[in-house]
Amino acid sequence: MAQASAGAHQGHEHGHDGHHDIESMRTFGFWIFLITDCILFGTLFAVYIVLHGNTNGGPTADELFAMPGIIASTFILLTSSYTSGLAVLSMNKGNVKGLIGWLIVTALLGASFIALEITEFVHMVHEGATIGTSAFLSSFYTLVGTHGLHVSLGLVWMVAIILQLSRRGITSVTKRKVNVISLYWHFLDVVWIFVFTIVYLMGVM
Amino acid sequence: MAQHSAKGHGAAEGHGHEVHGGGHTHGSFKSYTIGFLLSIVLTIIPLVVVLNGMLERTGTIVVLLVTAVLQFIVQLLFFMHLNEEEKPRYNLMTLILGLVIVLTIVLASMWIMAYNGVAH
Repeated sequence: MAQASAGAHQGHEHGHDGHHDIESMRTFGFWIFLITDCILFGTLFAVYIVLHGNTNGGPTADELFAMPGIIASTFILLTSSYTSGLAVLSMNKGNVKGLIGWLIVTALLGASFIALEITEFVHMVHEGATIGTSAFLSSFYTLVGTHGLHVSLGLVWMVAIILQLSRRGITSVTKRKVNVISLYWHFLDVVWIFVFTIVYLMGVM
Repeated sequence: MAQHSAKGHGAAEGHGHEVHGGGHTHGSFKSYTIGFLLSIVLTIIPLVVVLNGMLERTGTIVVLLVTAVLQFIVQLLFFMHLNEEEKPRYNLMTLILGLVIVLTIVLASMWIMAYNGVAH
């Protein structure tokens, strides 16, 4: 039974050591992806910083941003970064229920972040601030929207991992997957720190 | 089954040490909580400074950037455990390469566009 399920999880003839080498290489490969994603966000930040003054007679950052919602989403995302860490802690203790529970909390916090962001965008569009209004708004929606898209993608991915964990439990493969999505989630929080600082705080100061 | 998962658990922790540093000795509840509290403080400081207009423009920008970078470092150390990586530190090396590229793109764009007579 043990052998069979181990074989099924691995799907090839590597032993434990070779298998874990592969899992660790996959985690490192994901880290490299995150670095390239940093470069993607770096270019979007560069565009925003260059264009944020070009409002074309439309609304400025100071007039548009509603800080209470932004502050709420900032603390929500920060907390979800912490709870995804707690999920990894539960996993390292071998606690599947704790792991799935913290992942669900993280996903719910992520979903509320997205809900707040969509509300903000809808509100702004109703005020006439669309992506085509000015160079400032084009770069704003591209930068913040790309981050939101990353969070949404992470949500779908996290639900898939939760389902897989409930079926397979903690194996070397699901363990790597949880480590990787937790890295991804911390990364999204890091990107948001800079969105919050450069877009919102510097926008309203 | 129990045997297998126990063995898998131990081996996976070894892997965590080696690559991204998420094994059993890393990331205690205490270290995550300290990181979380530090992040909250580092979010509140710039918020208070900006919303109360406590400093002049340059001072505010300095406070914002310093607290953002500090929070970035807090996340890297307390949440991603970058400091617990074993040698050779490939994760750190790729991160530094990425940061050099990002800073070059951002700072050079700002520098070039600051002297762009067409855009201003």
